[in-house]
Amino acid sequence: MSEHIVPVRVYATIFLILLVGTALTVWAAFMDFPWRLNTIVALTIATVKATFVVLYFMHVRYSARLVWVIIISALFWMAILFAFTFADYVTRDWLSLQIG
Amino acid sequence: MSHAATEHVHGHPALQHHFENMEQQREAGTLGMWVFLVTEIMFFGGMFLAYSLYRWKYPAAFASASNHLDIWLGAFNTGVLILSSFTMALAVYFTQIGKQRPQVLCLVLTLVLGLTFLGVKGVEYHDKYEDSLIPGQLIPSRPFGPKVLKHGEPEDHHKLDLQEGATLGQVEMFYWIYFAMTGMHALHMIIGAGLLTYLLIFSIKRRFGPEYHSPVEVIGLYWHFVDIVWIFLFPLLYLLGRHVGHVS
Repeated sequence: MSEHIVPVRVYATIFLILLVGTALTVWAAFMDFPWRLNTIVALTIATVKATFVVLYFMHVRYSARLVWVIIISALFWMAILFAFTFADYVTRDWLSLQIG
Repeated sequence: MSHAATEHVHGHPALQHHFENMEQQREAGTLGMWVFLVTEIMFFGGMFLAYSLYRWKYPAAFASASNHLDIWLGAFNTGVLILSSFTMALAVYFTQIGKQRPQVLCLVLTLVLGLTFLGVKGVEYHDKYEDSLIPGQLIPSRPFGPKVLKHGEPEDHHKLDLQEGATLGQVEMFYWIYFAMTGMHALHMIIGAGLLTYLLIFSIKRRFGPEYHSPVEVIGLYWHFVDIVWIFLFPLLYLLGRHVGHVS
Protein backbone atom coordinates (compact mmCIF):
# COMPACT_ATOMS: atom_id res chain seq x y z
CA MET A 1 0.00 0.00 0.00
CA SER A 2 1.00 3.62 -0.16
CA GLU A 3 1.94 3.72 3.49
CA HIS A 4 5.39 5.11 4.24
CA ILE A 5 7.51 3.15 6.70
CA VAL A 6 10.00 5.44 8.43
CA PRO A 7 13.37 3.66 8.81
CA VAL A 8 14.89 3.14 12.27
CA ARG A 9 17.85 5.32 11.31
CA VAL A 10 15.54 8.35 11.03
CA TYR A 11 13.88 7.63 14.39
CA ALA A 12 17.29 7.30 16.05
CA THR A 13 18.47 10.60 14.54
CA ILE A 14 15.38 12.41 15.80
CA PHE A 15 15.84 10.84 19.23
CA LEU A 16 19.41 12.18 19.37
CA ILE A 17 18.30 15.63 18.22
CA LEU A 18 15.70 15.71 20.99
CA LEU A 19 18.28 14.72 23.63
CA VAL A 20 20.72 17.37 22.40
CA GLY A 21 17.88 19.90 22.42
CA THR A 22 17.07 19.06 26.03
CA ALA A 23 20.71 19.45 27.08
CA LEU A 24 20.92 22.71 25.16
CA THR A 25 17.83 24.18 26.81
CA VAL A 26 19.10 23.32 30.30
CA TRP A 27 22.47 24.87 29.47
CA ALA A 28 20.81 27.99 28.05
CA ALA A 29 18.72 28.40 31.22
CA PHE A 30 21.88 29.01 33.24
CA MET A 31 23.24 31.57 30.81
CA ASP A 32 22.53 35.22 31.30
CA PHE A 33 21.29 36.44 27.96
CA PRO A 34 20.37 40.10 27.62
CA TRP A 35 16.77 41.33 27.53
CA ARG A 36 14.14 38.55 27.20
CA LEU A 37 16.40 36.33 25.12
CA ASN A 38 16.36 33.52 27.69
CA THR A 39 12.63 33.10 27.17
CA ILE A 40 12.91 33.30 23.42
CA VAL A 41 15.78 30.79 23.26
CA ALA A 42 13.92 28.30 25.49
CA LEU A 43 10.71 28.56 23.48
CA THR A 44 12.55 28.29 20.18
CA ILE A 45 14.29 25.09 21.27
CA ALA A 46 10.99 23.65 22.52
CA THR A 47 9.24 24.50 19.26
CA VAL A 48 12.00 22.92 17.19
CA LYS A 49 11.85 19.76 19.33
CA ALA A 50 8.06 19.61 19.03
CA THR A 51 8.28 20.07 15.26
CA PHE A 52 10.64 17.11 14.92
CA VAL A 53 8.32 14.94 17.01
CA VAL A 54 5.30 15.93 14.91
CA LEU A 55 7.00 15.50 11.54
CA TYR A 56 8.81 12.22 12.13
CA PHE A 57 7.57 10.39 15.25
CA MET A 58 3.99 11.28 14.33
CA HIS A 59 4.62 10.70 10.61
CA VAL A 60 3.01 13.99 9.62
CA ARG A 61 5.68 14.57 6.99
CA TYR A 62 4.34 11.52 5.17
CA SER A 63 0.67 12.00 6.07
CA ALA A 64 -2.31 13.10 3.99
CA ARG A 65 -2.76 16.76 3.17
CA LEU A 66 -5.90 16.80 5.31
CA VAL A 67 -3.83 16.05 8.43
CA TRP A 68 -1.75 19.14 7.70
CA VAL A 69 -4.88 21.24 7.40
CA ILE A 70 -6.14 19.98 10.76
CA ILE A 71 -2.85 20.74 12.55
CA ILE A 72 -2.45 24.18 11.01
CA SER A 73 -6.03 25.08 11.93
CA ALA A 74 -5.26 24.14 15.55
CA LEU A 75 -2.21 26.41 15.58
CA PHE A 76 -4.23 29.17 13.96
CA TRP A 77 -6.91 29.05 16.67
CA MET A 78 -4.24 28.95 19.35
CA ALA A 79 -2.77 32.10 17.85
CA ILE A 80 -6.18 33.79 18.02
CA LEU A 81 -6.58 32.71 21.64
CA PHE A 82 -3.24 34.24 22.63
CA ALA A 83 -3.35 37.33 20.41
CA PHE A 84 -6.83 38.48 21.43
CA THR A 85 -6.36 37.78 25.13
CA PHE A 86 -3.06 39.60 25.30
CA ALA A 87 -4.37 42.45 23.16
CA ASP A 88 -6.90 42.93 25.95
CA TYR A 89 -4.69 42.50 29.04
CA VAL A 90 -1.66 44.37 27.75
CA THR A 91 -3.65 47.44 26.72
CA ARG A 92 -5.71 47.74 29.92
CA ASP A 93 -3.11 49.91 31.66
CA TRP A 94 -2.87 52.25 28.70
CA LEU A 95 -6.49 53.24 29.12
CA SER A 96 -6.34 53.95 32.86
CA LEU A 97 -3.20 55.99 32.26
CA GLN A 98 -5.07 58.31 29.96
CA ILE A 99 -8.04 58.69 32.29
CA GLY A 100 -6.11 59.05 35.53
CA MET B 1 2.24 -13.93 8.55
CA SER B 2 3.76 -13.38 5.08
CA HIS B 3 1.06 -15.30 3.22
CA ALA B 4 -1.57 -13.14 4.90
CA ALA B 5 -0.25 -10.15 2.97
CA THR B 6 -1.00 -11.80 -0.35
CA GLU B 7 -4.49 -12.69 0.78
CA HIS B 8 -7.39 -10.53 -0.20
CA VAL B 9 -7.14 -7.40 2.00
CA HIS B 10 -10.92 -7.04 2.07
CA GLY B 11 -11.16 -10.20 4.02
CA HIS B 12 -9.18 -8.96 7.04
CA PRO B 13 -11.15 -9.71 10.21
CA ALA B 14 -10.44 -6.22 11.62
CA LEU B 15 -12.02 -4.45 8.63
CA GLN B 16 -15.24 -2.70 9.59
CA HIS B 17 -18.10 -3.04 7.14
CA HIS B 18 -18.38 0.70 6.47
CA PHE B 19 -14.86 0.92 5.05
CA GLU B 20 -13.79 -0.06 1.55
CA ASN B 21 -10.46 -1.53 2.61
CA MET B 22 -7.83 -1.54 5.35
CA GLU B 23 -5.99 1.42 3.86
CA GLN B 24 -9.08 3.62 3.99
CA GLN B 25 -9.87 2.45 7.49
CA ARG B 26 -6.37 3.25 8.68
CA GLU B 27 -6.38 6.74 7.15
CA ALA B 28 -9.78 7.52 8.68
CA GLY B 29 -8.51 6.39 12.07
CA THR B 30 -5.41 8.57 11.86
CA LEU B 31 -7.48 11.55 10.77
CA GLY B 32 -9.95 11.05 13.62
CA MET B 33 -7.11 10.86 16.13
CA TRP B 34 -5.70 14.14 14.83
CA VAL B 35 -9.05 15.85 15.22
CA PHE B 36 -9.13 14.62 18.82
CA LEU B 37 -5.58 15.88 19.35
CA VAL B 38 -6.68 19.32 18.13
CA THR B 39 -9.23 19.44 20.95
CA GLU B 40 -6.42 18.42 23.29
CA ILE B 41 -4.21 21.21 21.97
CA MET B 42 -6.98 23.71 22.68
CA PHE B 43 -7.52 22.20 26.13
CA PHE B 44 -3.88 22.56 27.14
CA GLY B 45 -3.74 25.84 25.22
CA GLY B 46 -6.09 27.45 27.73
CA MET B 47 -3.74 26.52 30.55
CA PHE B 48 -0.69 27.72 28.65
CA LEU B 49 -2.53 30.99 28.17
CA ALA B 50 -3.23 31.30 31.91
CA TYR B 51 0.43 30.58 32.57
CA SER B 52 1.63 33.23 30.10
CA LEU B 53 -0.73 35.84 31.44
CA TYR B 54 0.20 35.39 35.10
CA ARG B 55 3.86 35.08 34.35
CA TRP B 56 3.68 38.35 32.46
CA LYS B 57 1.89 39.95 35.46
CA TYR B 58 4.10 38.50 38.23
CA PRO B 59 7.57 37.87 36.75
CA ALA B 60 9.42 38.05 40.08
CA ALA B 61 7.06 35.64 41.86
CA PHE B 62 7.17 33.19 38.97
CA ALA B 63 10.95 33.26 38.99
CA SER B 64 11.05 32.64 42.75
CA ALA B 65 8.54 29.80 42.55
CA SER B 66 10.15 28.21 39.50
CA ASN B 67 13.55 28.21 41.20
CA HIS B 68 12.13 25.94 43.89
CA LEU B 69 11.49 23.18 41.33
CA ASP B 70 14.24 20.60 40.87
CA ILE B 71 15.68 21.31 37.44
CA TRP B 72 17.58 17.98 37.34
CA LEU B 73 14.54 15.85 38.11
CA GLY B 74 12.70 17.80 35.41
CA ALA B 75 15.51 17.28 32.89
CA PHE B 76 15.72 13.59 33.77
CA ASN B 77 11.99 13.20 33.23
CA THR B 78 12.24 15.00 29.90
CA GLY B 79 14.86 12.47 28.82
CA VAL B 80 12.70 9.58 30.02
CA LEU B 81 9.72 10.85 28.04
CA ILE B 82 11.75 11.43 24.89
CA LEU B 83 13.15 7.91 25.15
CA SER B 84 9.62 6.55 25.62
CA SER B 85 8.51 8.40 22.49
CA PHE B 86 11.41 6.79 20.65
CA THR B 87 10.46 3.28 21.80
CA MET B 88 6.82 4.00 20.91
CA ALA B 89 7.86 5.04 17.40
CA LEU B 90 9.87 1.80 17.16
CA ALA B 91 6.84 -0.19 18.31
CA VAL B 92 4.90 1.23 15.36
CA TYR B 93 7.83 0.44 13.07
CA PHE B 94 8.09 -3.20 14.17
CA THR B 95 4.34 -3.61 13.79
CA GLN B 96 4.52 -2.23 10.26
CA ILE B 97 7.21 -4.69 9.24
CA GLY B 98 5.50 -7.52 11.10
CA LYS B 99 8.07 -8.35 13.78
CA GLN B 100 6.03 -9.32 16.80
CA ARG B 101 8.74 -9.96 19.39
CA PRO B 102 10.49 -6.53 19.17
CA GLN B 103 7.02 -4.97 18.94
CA VAL B 104 6.06 -6.42 22.34
CA LEU B 105 9.45 -5.45 23.77
CA CYS B 106 9.09 -1.83 22.61
CA LEU B 107 5.61 -1.56 24.08
CA VAL B 108 6.87 -2.91 27.41
CA LEU B 109 9.76 -0.41 27.39
CA THR B 110 7.39 2.47 26.59
CA LEU B 111 5.09 1.46 29.43
CA VAL B 112 7.97 1.12 31.91
CA LEU B 113 9.39 4.52 30.90
CA GLY B 114 5.96 6.11 31.26
CA LEU B 115 5.61 4.69 34.76
CA THR B 116 9.13 5.89 35.59
CA PHE B 117 8.09 9.38 34.61
CA LEU B 118 5.05 9.19 36.88
CA GLY B 119 7.20 7.89 39.74
CA VAL B 120 9.62 10.80 39.48
CA LYS B 121 6.65 13.16 39.27
CA GLY B 122 5.36 11.63 42.49
CA VAL B 123 8.70 12.29 44.20
CA GLU B 124 8.51 15.91 43.05
CA TYR B 125 4.93 16.31 44.27
CA HIS B 126 5.91 14.84 47.64
CA ASP B 127 8.74 17.35 47.84
CA LYS B 128 6.25 20.19 47.31
CA TYR B 129 3.98 18.65 49.94
CA GLU B 130 6.83 18.58 52.46
CA ASP B 131 7.56 22.24 51.85
CA SER B 132 3.88 23.26 52.11
CA LEU B 133 3.78 24.44 48.51
CA ILE B 134 0.53 22.74 47.55
CA PRO B 135 -1.79 25.68 46.89
CA GLY B 136 -4.87 26.63 48.86
CA GLN B 137 -6.47 24.03 51.09
CA LEU B 138 -6.05 21.13 48.69
CA ILE B 139 -4.37 19.26 51.56
CA PRO B 140 -6.39 20.49 54.56
CA SER B 141 -3.77 19.43 57.12
CA ARG B 142 -1.07 21.29 55.23
CA PRO B 143 -2.31 24.56 53.75
CA PHE B 144 -0.12 26.63 51.47
CA GLY B 145 2.58 28.35 53.51
CA PRO B 146 6.19 27.84 52.48
CA LYS B 147 9.11 28.98 54.62
CA VAL B 148 10.88 31.96 53.12
CA LEU B 149 14.64 32.35 52.96
CA LYS B 150 15.77 35.30 55.08
CA HIS B 151 18.27 37.78 53.75
CA GLY B 152 21.86 36.68 54.36
CA GLU B 153 20.82 33.16 55.37
CA PRO B 154 22.77 30.26 53.83
CA GLU B 155 20.92 28.75 50.87
CA ASP B 156 18.35 26.13 51.72
CA HIS B 157 16.50 24.52 48.84
CA HIS B 158 13.56 23.71 51.09
CA LYS B 159 12.94 27.40 51.55
CA LEU B 160 11.55 29.76 49.01
CA ASP B 161 13.90 32.48 47.86
CA LEU B 162 11.36 35.24 47.49
CA GLN B 163 12.72 37.83 45.09
CA GLU B 164 12.03 41.50 45.35
CA GLY B 165 8.56 42.53 44.26
CA ALA B 166 7.12 39.04 44.72
CA THR B 167 4.40 38.12 47.21
CA LEU B 168 3.46 34.70 48.56
CA GLY B 169 0.01 35.05 47.01
CA GLN B 170 1.57 35.38 43.59
CA VAL B 171 3.80 32.38 44.26
CA GLU B 172 0.67 30.44 45.20
CA MET B 173 -0.77 31.37 41.79
CA PHE B 174 2.27 29.82 40.15
CA TYR B 175 1.68 26.63 42.09
CA TRP B 176 -2.01 26.50 41.13
CA ILE B 177 -0.91 26.63 37.52
CA TYR B 178 1.97 24.24 38.10
CA PHE B 179 -0.26 21.59 39.66
CA ALA B 180 -3.05 22.11 37.15
CA MET B 181 -0.74 21.71 34.17
CA THR B 182 1.52 18.93 35.42
CA GLY B 183 -1.49 17.24 37.01
CA MET B 184 -3.44 17.20 33.74
CA HIS B 185 -0.30 16.05 31.99
CA ALA B 186 0.16 13.25 34.52
CA LEU B 187 -3.49 12.23 34.07
CA HIS B 188 -2.84 11.96 30.34
CA MET B 189 0.19 9.80 31.11
CA ILE B 190 -1.91 7.51 33.32
CA ILE B 191 -4.51 7.15 30.55
CA GLY B 192 -1.65 6.53 28.13
CA ALA B 193 -0.29 3.79 30.38
CA GLY B 194 -3.74 2.19 30.35
CA LEU B 195 -3.87 2.34 26.55
CA LEU B 196 -0.39 0.83 26.33
CA THR B 197 -1.48 -2.04 28.56
CA TYR B 198 -4.37 -2.68 26.16
CA LEU B 199 -1.95 -2.63 23.22
CA LEU B 200 0.39 -4.96 25.03
CA ILE B 201 -2.30 -7.55 25.71
CA PHE B 202 -3.42 -7.68 22.08
CA SER B 203 0.14 -7.45 20.85
CA ILE B 204 0.99 -10.61 22.77
CA LYS B 205 -2.09 -12.21 21.18
CA ARG B 206 -0.56 -11.31 17.78
CA ARG B 207 -3.49 -9.09 16.83
CA PHE B 208 -1.39 -6.42 15.10
CA GLY B 209 0.70 -6.76 11.96
CA PRO B 210 1.50 -5.04 8.66
CA GLU B 211 -2.15 -5.15 7.50
CA TYR B 212 -3.67 -4.04 10.76
CA HIS B 213 -1.74 -1.66 13.02
CA SER B 214 -4.10 1.30 13.39
CA PRO B 215 -4.44 0.95 17.18
CA VAL B 216 -0.66 1.00 17.65
CA GLU B 217 -0.28 3.94 15.30
CA VAL B 218 -3.14 5.96 16.81
CA ILE B 219 -2.16 5.38 20.44
CA GLY B 220 1.37 6.24 19.36
CA LEU B 221 0.10 9.62 18.14
CA TYR B 222 -1.51 10.20 21.52
CA TRP B 223 1.67 9.24 23.35
CA HIS B 224 3.80 11.60 21.24
CA PHE B 225 1.31 14.40 21.83
CA VAL B 226 1.66 14.00 25.60
CA ASP B 227 5.43 14.09 25.09
CA ILE B 228 5.12 17.38 23.18
CA VAL B 229 3.10 18.95 26.01
CA TRP B 230 5.95 18.08 28.37
CA ILE B 231 8.55 19.44 25.93
CA PHE B 232 6.88 22.84 26.47
CA LEU B 233 6.09 22.41 30.17
CA PHE B 234 9.68 21.61 31.12
CA PRO B 235 11.30 24.91 30.03
CA LEU B 236 8.25 26.99 30.97
CA LEU B 237 7.88 25.69 34.52
CA TYR B 238 11.40 24.60 35.47
CA LEU B 239 13.75 26.77 33.48
CA LEU B 240 12.31 30.13 32.60
CA GLY B 241 12.38 31.21 36.21
CA ARG B 242 16.17 31.10 36.29
CA HIS B 243 16.40 34.49 34.69
CA VAL B 244 13.11 36.28 34.71
CA GLY B 245 13.89 37.55 38.17
CA HIS B 246 17.14 39.13 37.16
CA VAL B 247 15.43 42.01 35.37
CA SER B 248 16.32 45.08 37.35
